[in-house]
Amino acid sequence: MNRSRERILARVRAALADVPRDEEPAPVAVPPGRAATDGLVDLFADRLEHYRARPVRVGAADLPEAVAAALRRRGAGRVVVPADLPEEWTSRCEAELVADDGLDPAALDAVDGVVTGCAVAVAATGTIVLDGGAAQGRRALTLVPDYHLCVVDAARIVADVPDAVARLSPVRPLTWISGPSATSDIELNRVEGVHGPRTLEVLIVSSPGTGA
Amino acid sequence: MSRTFLGMPPFPKAAEAAVADAQLRHNLHRATRTIRRTRGRAVAEVDDWEALRAAGAAIKDRTLRHLDRYLEQLEEAVTAAGGHVHWAVDAAEANAVVTELVRATGHREVVKVKSMATQEIGLNEALAEAGITAYETDLAELIVQLAEDRPSHILVPAIHRNRAEIREIFLRAMADWGRPAPADLTDDPRALAEAARRHLRERFLTAKVAVSGANFAVAETGTLVVLESEGNGRMCLTLPETLISVVGIEKLVPTWRDLEVFLRLLPRSSTGERMNPYTSMWTGVAPGDGPREFHLVLLDNGRTDVLADAVGRQTLRCIRCSACLNVCPVYERAGGHAYGSVYPGPIGAILTPQLRGTASEADAALPYASSLCGACFEVCPVAIDIPEVLVHLRERVVEQGGRPGERALLAAASWTLGDERRLAWAQRAAGAVRSLVPRRLPLGPAAAWTDTRDLPEIPAEPFRDWWARREKEDGR
Amino acid sequence: MRIALFVTCVNDTLFPRTGQAVVRLLERLGHEVVFPAGQTCCGQMHYNTGYRRDAQRLAVRFVETFADHDVVLAPSGSCAAMVRDNYPRLAPAGSRLGRAAAEVAPRVLDLSELLVDVLGVTDVGAYFPHRVAYHPTCHGMRLLGLGDRPLRLLRAVRGLELVELPDAEECCGFGGTFAVKNPAVSAAMGWDKARNAAATGAEVLCAVDNSCLMHIGGVLRRQRSGMRVMHLAEILASTEKEAVR
Ligand code: SF4
Repeated sequence: MNRSRERILARVRAALADVPRDEEPAPVAVPPGRAATDGLVDLFADRLEHYRARPVRVGAADLPEAVAAALRRRGAGRVVVPADLPEEWTSRCEAELVADDGLDPAALDAVDGVVTGCAVAVAATGTIVLDGGAAQGRRALTLVPDYHLCVVDAARIVADVPDAVARLSPVRPLTWISGPSATSDIELNRVEGVHGPRTLEVLIVSSPGTGA
Repeated sequence: MSRTFLGMPPFPKAAEAAVADAQLRHNLHRATRTIRRTRGRAVAEVDDWEALRAAGAAIKDRTLRHLDRYLEQLEEAVTAAGGHVHWAVDAAEANAVVTELVRATGHREVVKVKSMATQEIGLNEALAEAGITAYETDLAELIVQLAEDRPSHILVPAIHRNRAEIREIFLRAMADWGRPAPADLTDDPRALAEAARRHLRERFLTAKVAVSGANFAVAETGTLVVLESEGNGRMCLTLPETLISVVGIEKLVPTWRDLEVFLRLLPRSSTGERMNPYTSMWTGVAPGDGPREFHLVLLDNGRTDVLADAVGRQTLRCIRCSACLNVCPVYERAGGHAYGSVYPGPIGAILTPQLRGTASEADAALPYASSLCGACFEVCPVAIDIPEVLVHLRERVVEQGGRPGERALLAAASWTLGDERRLAWAQRAAGAVRSLVPRRLPLGPAAAWTDTRDLPEIPAEPFRDWWARREKEDGR
Repeated sequence: MRIALFVTCVNDTLFPRTGQAVVRLLERLGHEVVFPAGQTCCGQMHYNTGYRRDAQRLAVRFVETFADHDVVLAPSGSCAAMVRDNYPRLAPAGSRLGRAAAEVAPRVLDLSELLVDVLGVTDVGAYFPHRVAYHPTCHGMRLLGLGDRPLRLLRAVRGLELVELPDAEECCGFGGTFAVKNPAVSAAMGWDKARNAAATGAEVLCAVDNSCLMHIGGVLRRQRSGMRVMHLAEILASTEKEAVR
């Protein structure tokens, strides 16, 4: 197998005979993304609507009630949460909370939903990024249950994709989520809901001082 | 098992059959119109799309010009993050590597995320020979697999099927592969998606080994990236214990920050969305989250030949968005199968003959499967000048000889056009017999024209004779 | 202004009316037209089919023939594009052809470019009392970037009613040797183009390239459609006095 490695690298070098040996990779001018403006939260919410991801905006003090109300509306009796989800978020919930301690896929399939936070959110594309950090848990948590309730602190919303990439660390496993699971495989029309959570709801929490 | 493309007739013949298939043309017409509109809207929303496109092309060019060092960098980063890197010169070697890796796990079933690279090398067939069953999990791939069909589009391999056909396929074949489709299945796309969800659910939850490709591999960090919509990708990349990713050596981008350019270009070009529903990024293995073992198989399989051609090299910028297929008027009418490869449409017409060579009649016909209208170049998010590469490959085909009829005709044309007196003589000769030329001709290229179109009338006097006469009359 | 006409081999041989219309139009606008007699063909067919050396020979001939002319009119979008876009590619770097092509190529213009950009007219004083649809040919649109120049010229024609062509930007399927190498697809594209054209109810389908019009016109005639095809030059050359046909 090492032979193949050497063979491929030799072939690559031979193929690049026209590239001067001392050429250094040229820097590339990249146009910036959308500028950060005041309306980021509105934009983010608008984009989520577009994906039918049902954004709800709440003040920090109202978050526990909003989480409880969302789960009630959904009829979710048992929900899984990352072990480090702030207790306060679910303090008003009637649903049974299952803290993840390495549940197997079948066990995850048996719960009614999952509640998490997120690492970063992107206004221009309506994207939530999870990096397995605080209040997010491992990737399977937000994948197997059919309902995902995601709490997004407005302070975590950035304008565009370049800002998000700059904030994230690739050392962590990342999941970028833009709306519920969907497919365009039937006549190239978008249909929501295949393997991932078919319902995504987002609570946008305005933090004091962000003006959101 | 999907059928392979071996033994397909060359493009003009296959396309002729496709053009005659009214259902196929209707399906393709509808689907490509839909996606053209959505792509157009998504792209128009970005102010500096052209600059972004130029940046995408430049980053890919930079990668390709220094590919050796980026490959080594990627290998180092993946290894440092706990992954294993394998190198495969060709399809046979890649298939052998993957088969061996699957065998070593002791399992005989793998779940698959849609991947062009594994289709290109015929991995499913190779695994089947080794007694390993590969389950396609992307909805369109599932349709193709269940129907024992061939893929006809990069992004939506079952684009040639409409909802009614998909319903029939599900009813007929799902039971052979696992959970059957419900007997009362309708052709509502929502119901079809639900049937696929149920059919694959159990499989995902119990899968131990997954095989994927990748849209991007970041040399600097060793990060692999998969963009998808349905969540089947996340299932495969997250739940199994072992993950094997087969990735072409051209999929690299140099740095983590470079990625953002492609995350802005690809979804809008591909499905016409601001962002696709799910993008997964992983670097080696993450303790307590996802597979415990990760293998990256780096695939050459002809790519270094493409790299060696200064004009053809730009083909390797391709990020497989399929925008060029969706706007191509030839693809819309010929369908994907006519291209005789897993890579159909304009990108297929330039990539396949470079990967496989132009020795066979089928591969030599591909560079000619275009009217050179340039619609593909216009939409390509990494600005691949597809018409330029097509013409370049036509030159290669001409250089290899053969085709005596065409050669003689073009040589005669070249001789006639090489001198204005010879041209004038030929024009007058044609003018002299002009009343004898019928509207339909029986043979060769003339018949190919007159089967469907009338010939223009040959004028009594060519322009240059008119001009000369006028000059004389004017006494100039 | 003194304008060198590169009539193109297709127009010369099959569509002399277009060349004659160009001459009439430009002389009417007070310009002088010259016809360098050594001209034959730009080499497009050979280039596009992969016969590079033949194309090179024809390119050499072209640049020699037109070396001394400041403005060269090619009343065919694809021929103008061949010279401007592909001659640089056809010539090895630093070759004599390369240098000559770099000199001559930018001076080669399509009719709508010559009129609108160089001569600064959109109203050429034409009269054409018919309903017309315009088909933007691929090379005119994508390689030359003609934009709305032809439409502006047509809108200024008295009596002319311009109607919009559905799916106008889609290729007609001609594509040079493509039309005979892939006759089924080429014809399918041509028939769709003809159907869209017929749906406009126009009497005339207009374009800046007679090759494409030969293909679409061939389909229209086979369909016994009453619709005619006409080069832009012929419409612009028409006046009350000397209406074409
Ligand atoms: S060639 Fe360009 S447009 Fe076509 S699939 Fe590749 S990246 Fe997309």
